[in-house]
Amino acid sequence: MNWVIENLGFIASLLTDHIVFSLVPVVIGLVIAVPLGWLANRAGFGRAVVVNLAGLLYTIPSLALFVFLPAILGTGILDPVNVIVALSVYTVALLVRTVADALEAVPPLVVDAATAMGFKPFRRFVAAELPISVPVILAGVRVAAVSSISLVTVGSVIGFGGLGQMFTDGFQRSITAEVVAGIVLVVVLALVVDGILLLIGRLLTPWDRAARAVAQGATA
Amino acid sequence: MIEFRGVTKRFPDGTVAVDDLDLVVESGRITVFVGPSGCGKTTSLRMINRMIEPTGGTISVEGKDIMSRDAAELRRGIGYVIQQAGLFPHRTILDNIATVPLLLGWNKKQARERAAELMDTVGLAAEMAKRYPAQLSGGQQQRVGVARALAADPPVLLMDEPFSAVDPIVRETLQDELLRLQGELGKTIVFVTHDIDEAIKLGDKVAVFRTGGKLAQYDEPGVLLSRPADDFVDSFVGRDRGYRGLGFLSSDGLPIGDLPVVAVGDRMPTDGWAVVVDGERRPLGWVARGTGTVSEDALVPGGSLYDAGAGSLRAALDAALSSPSGRGVAVDGDGRVLGSIGADDVLRGLADSREADGVPGADTVRGADVTDRVG
Repeated sequence: MNWVIENLGFIASLLTDHIVFSLVPVVIGLVIAVPLGWLANRAGFGRAVVVNLAGLLYTIPSLALFVFLPAILGTGILDPVNVIVALSVYTVALLVRTVADALEAVPPLVVDAATAMGFKPFRRFVAAELPISVPVILAGVRVAAVSSISLVTVGSVIGFGGLGQMFTDGFQRSITAEVVAGIVLVVVLALVVDGILLLIGRLLTPWDRAARAVAQGATA
Repeated sequence: MIEFRGVTKRFPDGTVAVDDLDLVVESGRITVFVGPSGCGKTTSLRMINRMIEPTGGTISVEGKDIMSRDAAELRRGIGYVIQQAGLFPHRTILDNIATVPLLLGWNKKQARERAAELMDTVGLAAEMAKRYPAQLSGGQQQRVGVARALAADPPVLLMDEPFSAVDPIVRETLQDELLRLQGELGKTIVFVTHDIDEAIKLGDKVAVFRTGGKLAQYDEPGVLLSRPADDFVDSFVGRDRGYRGLGFLSSDGLPIGDLPVVAVGDRMPTDGWAVVVDGERRPLGWVARGTGTVSEDALVPGGSLYDAGAGSLRAALDAALSSPSGRGVAVDGDGRVLGSIGADDVLRGLADSREADGVPGADTVRGADVTDRVG
């Protein structure tokens, strides 16, 4: 406990790093996954290809990715961009399928009615399909965010692990308090971020809760 | 006016959904496309706003070939109502209705004002404006669907089995509402249904399609009932068509007979049946011959009422057949008892009307039919 109090500044900077390294990739990954998911959902046969290719990305071991990315991107081996890119790749891997599934679950009647009212495809996507997909996509984003927060720690092998530095540092210098504090902070950060995303979801989708309340009333 | 000229729809797999369709949908009227599943009625409807593109022939709306216009723009000018409404689940009722005005570039305030106005038009309470579709009943959602289709005041309204997913009682209310609305708005409505009764009730003209996308008959509903073009239409129109056809014959000139009338507290009739009325001369029920005074307990519920001013021969006959005394109760527009009507009078009236013009259905009334009941 003393160790924690004496190193608050160090911990705070690691925490900031951790938040940036874990959440920026989630945002980037989401921005990439939405059009890919849309494409996958539109292209009958292509769907399997896109979704499975994206899924394959997730099977690449993170350590390997951290090591190979500098070669591919031309970045230095000790560049935080490697971590951001690697985790963005994982987010894309997780979210492409989610987005495709979410779009597929939009009631066809709603899409049909929107088309018949005179929406062109892009505007219809923005006005109807995407917002209706938010509850499912957001569930995926929560998984991706928590997974990203945990994966950042692996980055500590190349020196950019955020709170993960506390594991390596604590092990090397046999400071148990540091390791424990690191684990606790990662878990707490994951819980807080998950809670915030849940809250954002509720604010974005008051209609979804209204529908759930009705459905519960009907079955009760 | 919507005109189909030699319109064919052949799907890539070779199925012919609509085969060489020639048909003119008149402006300001309700035209119903009806037929069994796979007859091409929905395909025909969806070709009008290019949700499905024809593979042959031309369709024109108000004289303009639909293929010459941008599909999305064409659609914004044509109202569309579908089964289960297809509302946006993530938008409030008000914003759902405002959809097309917003697409047309109205500002938000204007669009919402228009939407609020339409909620009133279709009979939705103002407090529903902020609710989401899932919080409404099926019938209410369907009203929203109609309001949404009307929002930009399009001259043409396409309705694809709009009432088939609601229960029969709600369906009947929605049908009556549609007729009331149409009386005010006079839109060119194309309505698809598989329910011949709905077609006959709503249609100014009815197009009966047969499997394979062929038009079997296109006529006014009264004609459809009295003179089906062939065996297919005959069997599709279904049972009791003779009786149902009476709904399209005016009862003008039917003789109204005497009817003994008593009030609660009066002496019981000494002979036969009498109708018990309230202070306004509205019927409460029947009493049969008896002793003592008329009490509410002794009332026998009556049958349907026949509105002598507006009713059809069907309403007159049903009043007679459903009455415990064998004589139907004829009332005026305010529901006050005028006299009685007998089944034999109706049959005589039918014979007269046949003799007069030989064309049943030429002198039609809107099938108001059996509504109020006595007692």
